[in-house]
Amino acid sequence: MELRLAGLQHGYGDIEVLRGIDLALPAGRVVCIVGPSGCGKSTLLRLIGGLERPDRGQVVQTGEPPPGCLNPLTYIFQDFALLPWRTVEGNVRLVLEDHGFGRAETAGIVDDVLARTRLSEFRAAFPRQLSGGMKQRVAIARALAVSPAFLLMDEPLSALDAQTRELLLDDLVDLWARERFSAVYITHNLEEAVRLGHRIVVLSRRPATVREVLEIDLPLDARAARAPDLEAHRTRLWRLIRDEAQAVDLELVDG
Amino acid sequence: MAEPEGGGRPVAFRGGGFSPRRLGAVGPLVFIAVVAFWEAGCRAGVIPPLVLPAPSEALAALVHLVETGLLWKHLGASLQRLLAGWTLGTLLGIAVGFSIGLFSLARASLAPVVAAIFPIPKIALLPLFVIWFGIGEGSKVATILFGTFFPTVIATYGGVDNVDRSLIRMGQSFGLSWLSIVRKIVLPGALPAILPGFRISAAIAIVLLVAAEMIGAEFGIGAYILLAGSLMATDELLAGAAVLSVMGLTVNWLIARAERFLLRWRT
Repeated sequence: MELRLAGLQHGYGDIEVLRGIDLALPAGRVVCIVGPSGCGKSTLLRLIGGLERPDRGQVVQTGEPPPGCLNPLTYIFQDFALLPWRTVEGNVRLVLEDHGFGRAETAGIVDDVLARTRLSEFRAAFPRQLSGGMKQRVAIARALAVSPAFLLMDEPLSALDAQTRELLLDDLVDLWARERFSAVYITHNLEEAVRLGHRIVVLSRRPATVREVLEIDLPLDARAARAPDLEAHRTRLWRLIRDEAQAVDLELVDG
Repeated sequence: MAEPEGGGRPVAFRGGGFSPRRLGAVGPLVFIAVVAFWEAGCRAGVIPPLVLPAPSEALAALVHLVETGLLWKHLGASLQRLLAGWTLGTLLGIAVGFSIGLFSLARASLAPVVAAIFPIPKIALLPLFVIWFGIGEGSKVATILFGTFFPTVIATYGGVDNVDRSLIRMGQSFGLSWLSIVRKIVLPGALPAILPGFRISAAIAIVLLVAAEMIGAEFGIGAYILLAGSLMATDELLAGAAVLSVMGLTVNWLIARAERFLLRWRT
């Protein structure tokens, strides 16, 4: 299954946020979307997953999601969005409960995704007992439970400290190497973009348009060892964004 | 203060305070002291018995109430009214509060009505309730029901309004049904606001109970206090008041237990 964004346009009131976004989101690859803060990256992701209706244009799905897929477009949120009154296990079970599985079947899926995210021993813990990195892993486990066709990740590492972020970034690379999922990954962190993105889309500042699309051919699991190459890509991205980021910084918030 | 080695002064401590410490024995001690002081005043004749009977007399009246078995009759009648009125008022309040929180039409139509009726002391409407629901149990339960209904509505829809929108969006993004979102996300998310509302509505219910029992009730703590008052039997009056105090404390304790159990996921 693939996605195509055709002429997406969106605004809030008088403020135009997105202007004519055309993009192809291929299967089995990670597309990173970067841009200056407040440029409408998160809005774009909400449009892609159908949480918001675009003013103009559409998101088109081609092909069918793989069999067994319960929720083709599945989000991973920046703030984790875990229910504080449910345990780790309960949070994963939440997204399976509406699908009419038997008790044994549900338990099987929960056990499987908790094992894949190395959370099995924490299944009875409440979110407040977990560190930020662990919370995000629970959210990843929850997303895996519905076997998504596309993972839509909205700055999943931005709420974490630098060390945890590094660890979880490695986890995501491992996960992709095993599962070969398709993903849209929103970030303002260029480091993350060059580590995870097969394709990096650079947005301009508001109203956002696609400024440039970069392809990085290095396989994901080889990238950690190829720091100089990545640094070159990162510098190039930064040069593209720098001036715009500076301009955004000088804008009044409600200007 | 010890001079630090190598000269200089230690930096003075200026944190501390502003966080209550637990002083377990102080509460009971103060209570005992007040009662003892009062008893001594009565015995010495400083406080005339008609103005304020001695605690021992009030206790004697209470013991008499227990011995004759009347306490259980009064208490039973009161608790029945309280339970019926509070339960119905709370259930209806939660239902209406949820509709206001979830449906725009309900909010637009009901919220102003609730806001208009909420500030009326329901005691003022008691004569009306007597006309509508009869002088018997009906009017008493109705008074308590109305009294608890409105604060519950307001606490409930305030709670629903305050549920974290990002959790609701998460539910939608995983394709959860509307009912699932309400049951598994909105209801538990609103609970931290609804439960403290129970404390307020329970206190209101006890006030209204006593008021309602002052009209046409044979049994009930309120009726007992009213009778004692009109006979100037201040010792009995105080015994009745003590029963009300214990009732209020018990209700509060039960709600605190429920809160601790239902909100155990909080820190």
